[in-house]
Amino acid sequence: MDSTQLLLALSIALFVLGLTGVIIRRNALVMLMCMELMVNAVVLSLVTFAARMASASGAVLALLIFVVAAAEIAIAIPIVLLLVRQRRTLDVGAYSSLKG
Amino acid sequence: MTQMPALYGFCAAALGGAVAMLIARHPMRVALALIATMLSLAGIYALLGVHVIAVFQVLIYVGAVMVFMVYVIMLLDIRDPSFLERYSRLLVPGVLLGALLAAGLGYALAHRYVAAPLYAARADFRVQPFSAEFLRTYWLHFELTSVLLIVAVVAAIAVIQGRGGRNG
Repeated sequence: MDSTQLLLALSIALFVLGLTGVIIRRNALVMLMCMELMVNAVVLSLVTFAARMASASGAVLALLIFVVAAAEIAIAIPIVLLLVRQRRTLDVGAYSSLKG
Repeated sequence: MTQMPALYGFCAAALGGAVAMLIARHPMRVALALIATMLSLAGIYALLGVHVIAVFQVLIYVGAVMVFMVYVIMLLDIRDPSFLERYSRLLVPGVLLGALLAAGLGYALAHRYVAAPLYAARADFRVQPFSAEFLRTYWLHFELTSVLLIVAVVAAIAVIQGRGGRNG
């Protein structure tokens, strides 16, 4: 197995673990961190391809993804704070009022 | 390929951190496992020769995002059912879905070998040449990200202050 295949396999594994974590965990902050893990997995595959093709635009795109991920977490954390201020719990099972 | 043992080591560390994220109980331990995974990924990027991305992985992800996350975990130290029961009712379907997705993607990876690049661009990923190239060619994108960050900050303030900023 050469390094590209290995890194793509690692990217698949990290993405699947992150998705599983978002589905099975109950804590809202842990779910957010699992989403960050999924973003990291995608960035890993992007950087692998960029390094393999020696393409500068791929690395620039990875930098822009970092900025977007920072902006995402800056929005997501206040939303979690707002939810906690309302119900005093981080358990997403308590926020089922949108189920109808 | 003298770097292969180090690459295998970083891959194992990243995978171990991701698995620890799923089984750790306290959010702080999950955050520490995620930081370990991110540092391993930074090591992988450095081994690939993409030094700029490795530096920004440490600076932005570990230095900014995860410090923010750890701060919020300490701020919201609430003892609620999510500390006692780690997993929701979707545990079995979630694990099954993950296994299915991993099997499908792994099958695709094993049977479609990644094709050789059509053209070999000659990018230099060392910090100084890459930074000069970045600010010469992609300066507009760089400036646009600052607009994005300002919008994110304004949106975060708007979310926190809420309806007329009654208790912001």
